[in-house]
Amino acid sequence: MIRAFGWGEVLFIVWALRWTLALSAIAFIGGGICGLAVALARTSTSRALRLVTTGFIRLFQGTPLLMQLFLVYFGMSIFGLGIDPWAAAAVALSLHAAAFLAEIWRGCIEAIPPGQNEAATALGLTWGSRMRYVILPQAMKIAVAPTVGFLVQLVKGTSLAAIIGFTELTRSGQIISNATFQPFLVFSLVAGLYFVICWPLSFLASRLERRLARATAR
Amino acid sequence: MQASVPIDRACRSWPGRFETNDAGAWGWNLYNFNFAPVLASWPDLLAGLETTLELSASAMAIGLVVSVILAAAKTSGPKPLRFVVDVYVEIIRNTPFLVQIFFIYFGLPSLGLRLTPTSAALLALVVNFSAYATEIIRAGIESIHLGQIEAGRALGLSGVQIFVYVILKPALRNVYPAMTSQFIYLMLTSSVVSAISAGDLAAAGNDIQSRTFASFEVYIVVTLIYLIMSVGFSAIFSAIERAVFNYPLGR
Repeated sequence: MIRAFGWGEVLFIVWALRWTLALSAIAFIGGGICGLAVALARTSTSRALRLVTTGFIRLFQGTPLLMQLFLVYFGMSIFGLGIDPWAAAAVALSLHAAAFLAEIWRGCIEAIPPGQNEAATALGLTWGSRMRYVILPQAMKIAVAPTVGFLVQLVKGTSLAAIIGFTELTRSGQIISNATFQPFLVFSLVAGLYFVICWPLSFLASRLERRLARATAR
Repeated sequence: MQASVPIDRACRSWPGRFETNDAGAWGWNLYNFNFAPVLASWPDLLAGLETTLELSASAMAIGLVVSVILAAAKTSGPKPLRFVVDVYVEIIRNTPFLVQIFFIYFGLPSLGLRLTPTSAALLALVVNFSAYATEIIRAGIESIHLGQIEAGRALGLSGVQIFVYVILKPALRNVYPAMTSQFIYLMLTSSVVSAISAGDLAAAGNDIQSRTFASFEVYIVVTLIYLIMSVGFSAIFSAIERAVFNYPLGR
């Protein structure tokens, strides 16, 4: 029987938005923590650390997110962790975010003039204090705009979790579309909901970027 | 396909899993990778690879034409037209590609436009790529200052010379790096068209997976092929960049 596309169906899709947001938040937090570690290792003086982290970043930037999702999804069952779309999506998107955020933040760390680091070293600050009090606070200022920009990419990326069967916004759209045979309406609504989340973020990112460009231009 | 081995030996040979083995003992069981059925399906992978390359190349070729027109409209068109281009670019850049392809493949037939999976995939890739490329080309056009054109005119260059040497060449040089990385991104994104079984590399992987159940191995191989392609393309593109844009910039 074909269901009508009524308010119940609309609510089902809108309500699924919380899973998209939850998945984005988890991936952003997980990716942020790993990404900071990778960015610090990527800019460290150890050759081995730099090599390993460069490889990690290249691997995740040079392969499709969909394949990363599949590999984590099927890989987890091989490692005996069972098949769980939630966990697989969270892990895969966190790793994906870690690689991209690490590359963005590496650029921001390297944008700080080397004299800052040298002066802090001359003052006898340890690596930890140099990063904590000298380099990272300045790098953070530059990092805000591109990080918000990446958040848009991440929210859009969570839609691929639908393919491994995690019921977020896109998957709920597929379910309703299959039940009501109204794909045009359903996917317009789904696209509209993504737009409502992503567009303000994009707008914020470009405004922050312009503001920073004005502040640093002389 | 799982062999039970003593824990101390198996721990060194991962991946595997903790479970009860045939003898009823709790332990780490070794996972045997089985690449044979995947490698045996190489003709399918090759066909998928070809489709992926064809889709990406044609989407880029068509998308470039579309985006040059849109960028021209956005930089020098009338105001309503600029607004329309802006709306298009913002909608595409702020919605997921997967939703765009579902909309085109499942949604458009209700408007009377029924497409095969491959043409729906191509259309979606063109629509997606054009939105990003429009912004790249617009930035390239805006990187040429009016003063440069006036300087060319003052030197007595003809209109064609000004267009080729003062506008086009520097603009291409500015656009080239962003455009090539956008192409690699397009190629990686094209894996999403496997969601509508468009016969690309990822879809070939899905087919082999459902035939052989060697899921992990299939996707390792497919992912490696994507990695080789993106590394290869990026090497080729930077070689071209070094060869074509090797003249000094500024003083």
